[in-house]
Amino acid sequence: MYTTHIAQQTYNFVSLRNLLAKASPARSGDYLAGVAASSHLERVAAQWVLADVPLKQFLTEAVVPYETDEVTRLIMDGHDPAAFAAISHLTIGDFRDWLLSEQATTETLTAIAAGLTPEMVAAVCKIMRIQDLILVAKKCRVITRFRGTIGLENRLSTRLQPNHPTDHPAGVAASILDGLLYGCGDAVIGINPASDNLEATARLLYMLNDVIERYQIPTQACVLAHVTTTLQAMAQGVPVDLVFQSIAGTEKANDSFGINLALLQEAHQAALSLQRGSQFADGIGNNCMYFETGQGSALSANAHQGMDQQTCEARAYAVARQFKPLLVNTVVGFIGPEYLYDGKQIIRAGLEDHFCGKLLGLPMGCDICYTNHAEADQDDMDMLLTQFAVAGGTFIMGVPGADDVMLNYQSTSFHDALYIRQVLGLRPAPEFEAWLQNNQIFNHHNQLSRPELPALFRSALASQG
Amino acid sequence: MSQHPPTTPDTWQCLSQFTAARIALGRAGISLPTRACLDFQLAHALARDAVNLPLDFDQLAHSLSVQGIASLCLHSQAANQQIYLQRPDLGRLLSPASQRSLQKLKPSAADAVVIISDGLSSTAITHHAEAFLSILLPSLQAQQYRMPPVCLVKHGRVAIGDAIADHFAARLCIVLIGERPGLSSPDSMGIYFTYQARSGFSTDADRNCISNIHSNGLSYAQALHKLLFLIAGAEQLKLSGVALKDQSTEADLALPQANFLLDF
Repeated sequence: MYTTHIAQQTYNFVSLRNLLAKASPARSGDYLAGVAASSHLERVAAQWVLADVPLKQFLTEAVVPYETDEVTRLIMDGHDPAAFAAISHLTIGDFRDWLLSEQATTETLTAIAAGLTPEMVAAVCKIMRIQDLILVAKKCRVITRFRGTIGLENRLSTRLQPNHPTDHPAGVAASILDGLLYGCGDAVIGINPASDNLEATARLLYMLNDVIERYQIPTQACVLAHVTTTLQAMAQGVPVDLVFQSIAGTEKANDSFGINLALLQEAHQAALSLQRGSQFADGIGNNCMYFETGQGSALSANAHQGMDQQTCEARAYAVARQFKPLLVNTVVGFIGPEYLYDGKQIIRAGLEDHFCGKLLGLPMGCDICYTNHAEADQDDMDMLLTQFAVAGGTFIMGVPGADDVMLNYQSTSFHDALYIRQVLGLRPAPEFEAWLQNNQIFNHHNQLSRPELPALFRSALASQG
Repeated sequence: MSQHPPTTPDTWQCLSQFTAARIALGRAGISLPTRACLDFQLAHALARDAVNLPLDFDQLAHSLSVQGIASLCLHSQAANQQIYLQRPDLGRLLSPASQRSLQKLKPSAADAVVIISDGLSSTAITHHAEAFLSILLPSLQAQQYRMPPVCLVKHGRVAIGDAIADHFAARLCIVLIGERPGLSSPDSMGIYFTYQARSGFSTDADRNCISNIHSNGLSYAQALHKLLFLIAGAEQLKLSGVALKDQSTEADLALPQANFLLDF
C-alpha cells in the first residue's frame, strides 16, 4: 500500500501497478481501461508518492505476476545488477534529477541501460515534462546497422512506406521511386502488405530485393507480414532482410498477436543465419529485426492486466531489446482516439515512447501519425515531428504526401523529412547519403539537385513515355 | 500567382497512373506547393466532417418510409459524439430508453435483423445506406426471412447489433455502418454479418466484414453478392466469422506483374 496526505486529502494506492496508472498523464485509453486518476489532485498525489519509491522496489514488486507472464520473467531474469549499481540507491524522483544532471552522459546512460527495467523508465517518464523527455533522450545514443548505419549523431533516417491497396507492383514501385527521389528510405523500404499470406509477401520481398540490388541502394527491405509468414518465406529461400513483428508488453497481448518469445527467438536466429547485412570494417551488419509497438495495443487486445498504457508500452521494449533490432517504431497515433484522444495526447505519447525506448537502449523511431476520427491535424504532426527530431529521434516514416492510401491514416511525408533535415541540419545515414550524392539526387550540401532526373532512373522512366 | 511560380514540378507525374498515392507533388523549396497543401486540407476536411457531422436520422427514417420500409430509431449508451469516440464499450450497448422501445414492440419471431449505424462516417450512411437497403431487403424477403423494422442506431459500434439480434432471437444479424474515413474514401460503408449474434458472447472473430463500399470501392451489387454468399454459407455451417471464408471472389484478376523499375 502506498499512501499520502496532500491538500487535506488522503490517497491510498493499493499496488505499484495502481500507483503507476494513477500517476500517468491523462489519456483516453486509461479512462477506457478504468485505471486513470479520477482527478487532477489524485494524479499529482500519485506522482508525489511515485517520486519517493526507490528504484529497488521495482525489482521486488512485479506489476504483472512473474509466474503467469513471460514478459515479466524476461524483465526480472534479464536485469543486470552490475549495470544497475550506479543508480541503485536512487528513488524515482532522484532518478529524474540524475537523468537531467551532468552525471548522466551518453556513456553513463549507455552503461546503465541493462540495469533499467521498463517499469522504472515508465515511472520516471510520468513525472517528466516534455522538455525533460527531450533533453534526456537527446543524450542517449543507440547505433544499429544492417546495410546502413542507423542512429549516428545528427542523422535522421526514414522508412520509405510505399503501400498500395492491392500490392500492385507498379503502384508500389511508383511510390518507391518518388521516395528515393526525395531522399527517403535509409532506415528501410517497408511495405505493409494488403494481404498477409506467403505468396503475396514473397512476391513483394523478391521485388524489393531486385530493386535494392539493381540500383545498389544501401538500405534494407521489409514486408510487414506476421512473423510466422516471414519464417515460412525464409524457409523457402525468399530473400528476407528484416523480420517484422508487432509486439506488446504482456504475454497475453503477445498471445493475441499470435506470438511469444520463443517464436521471436526462432525468427531472429533464422534471419541472423542469412547474413544478408553488409560487411563493415569490424563485422557484418546483423541487426535484423524490425518491431512496431504503440500505446493502447495491449488494452485493445483486452490484455493490459490492469496497467496503464504507457507502462504496458515500455514493457514491450523489454521484448524488443532481447532481439537487438535495427529499428523499433512506435506507431503513436494509429490506434485512434479511444486510446490517444487528440494532438496533445499523441504528441506526449510519442515523446514518452521515444524517451523510454532510448533509455532502454533501443533505436527508436516514431510513426508520427493520426486517424481522421482523432482530434488532430497536420499542425499537431508538425509539432511532434519537430520535437521528436530535436530529441534525437532515430527515424520517421516517409509516405507519399503523408496519406497512406492502404492503411487510411496520415503519417509523415517525404517533404516532412526534408523539412526537418533542413531546419535542424540532420543528415541521412552515411551510406545512403553517399548513394544519394553519387547519383545526383542530393548535391554535396544534401539539397535536392533536380529538376533533372538522375541518370540512374532515366531508363526506367523512359519506358513510361 | 506570378507567371513563373517558384515551384519545382516533378518529372515523373506519369507514374500517377499506377497508384492513388500522392506522388510527384512537386515542391516549393523543399515543401509542399500550395495546391498540393490545400488538396490535402480539402480531403482532411471531408473526412473530418464525415466523422463529426451528425447523421439526420429523422430524414433517413422518413425517406425509408417513403419506400415502404419501416424503421425504428435507437440510441447507444454513448450520449454524444465525444463520448462515442472515446468509449467504444458504450457504443456497443443500447441506452435504457432504446431497450424499452424494443420491449414495447409486439413480440414476433425474426430470422434476420438489419441495423444501420452512423459509426465513424455519417456521410457513408447518407450516401449509401438507403440505396443498398433497396436491393438488400428484397433479396432477404425472397428467402422468406422474417424481419422486424430496420433499426437505426445513433452512435453505435458494430457489436450493438448483438443486443438487437438477441432481442428478436434472430439468426442473422446484418449491420451497415460508417467506416473509419480515409482521406481518399470519406464515405466508405461497411457491412458486418454475424450468425447467431448474442450480446456479450459474440466477438469480432464471429463476424464477417465486407468493407470499402463507396463510389471508388465495392459496388452495391458486389457487396450484396458477397453478403448473400456469406449468409448461404452461414446457414449451411451454422456459424460465421473466421471459420466462414468468403470465396465469392475466387476469380479475382491475377495481379499484373509488370514493374517499370525492373522491367525495361
